[in-house]
Amino acid sequence: MLTTIQIVLLIFIIFAISRVYLRAKEKVFSTKTAIFWYFVWLAGLIGVLLPKTTTKLAGFFGVGRGVDVIVYVALALLFYLVFRVYVMIEDIRHEITYLIRDIALKNSSKAKQRPKKSK
Amino acid sequence: MKAQIIVPAFNESQIIFKVLTSLPKKLKGISVIETILVNDGSQDDTLKQAKKANVQTVSHAINRGLGAAIKTGLELAKKKSADIAITFDGDGQHDPADIAKIVEPIIKKKADLVIGSRFKKLQNVPIDRLILNWFANLATLMMFGVISTDSQSGLRAFSKKALNLIDFKGERMDFSSEILLEAKKHNLIIAEVPIKAIYTPYSRTKGQKNLNSLAVFGRFLVKVFR
Repeated sequence: MLTTIQIVLLIFIIFAISRVYLRAKEKVFSTKTAIFWYFVWLAGLIGVLLPKTTTKLAGFFGVGRGVDVIVYVALALLFYLVFRVYVMIEDIRHEITYLIRDIALKNSSKAKQRPKKSK
Repeated sequence: MKAQIIVPAFNESQIIFKVLTSLPKKLKGISVIETILVNDGSQDDTLKQAKKANVQTVSHAINRGLGAAIKTGLELAKKKSADIAITFDGDGQHDPADIAKIVEPIIKKKADLVIGSRFKKLQNVPIDRLILNWFANLATLMMFGVISTDSQSGLRAFSKKALNLIDFKGERMDFSSEILLEAKKHNLIIAEVPIKAIYTPYSRTKGQKNLNSLAVFGRFLVKVFR
């Protein structure tokens, strides 16, 4: 018998997997990225449906409770993902600057030439 | 020798005409001097004032940051086959008379990159600037192994060789140290000459905000460790 929290999380994970599937179909991200997210949500699904697996995992890592190991892993993953997003944003900034510079250089205006003195 | 003076400016309409018209028209050892104003997405009359001063202008449609503006100016100087490129702040912090001092080592072929240092000679510099620059110099030394008394100086001169080899990516204030790293990477000769530091209430409002330093350092770390 599933608990309320398990049902709520199950619905959320199924929804998340469906988003990954749809975005992957639209080629919003690569197959490699899609596989990564399927893996993440699948791991979440296993953790929700078979909570004892998290307890075994916690024991393997020498952590007290299953939920603690999930929180530690999730935090580490989140920090890494935030870093990757930051790097991506910086890359996009550079691309915007490159475009702005290209346009600026093409449209640069020269100083007015001083009229030559007549003899 | 042909020299290009690059003046980056963002919303400097109050002072830019005075800065541009104060720049030297003649320098010993230089046959042609041209000034380029890089208008970095200004929302005021900076461009109008620059045109009034009769200098070449190049405008970013939106603000991209000091580093981006300097790079645009250097790209234009390269296109115009400049032998020397000089960066000069548009907020009145620099003394035009110091331009002759920073180009001299390049003309005499004693340096490829010359940094005008505000801290080589004892002068009246606000304490917060002293502290921030000390940390910036320390970070530049620890991360890049480059010793500089003023790694964040806006008054620099590039030889043709330096102009062609130095390629920095930093767009905001983080590019200053990157220039030194690039110079080291390409085994360029770096020299420092003492310059005058001019701090006015106006220039203090325009310069780097102290709290921004953490963000600058953070961006710097991301670039190094990505």
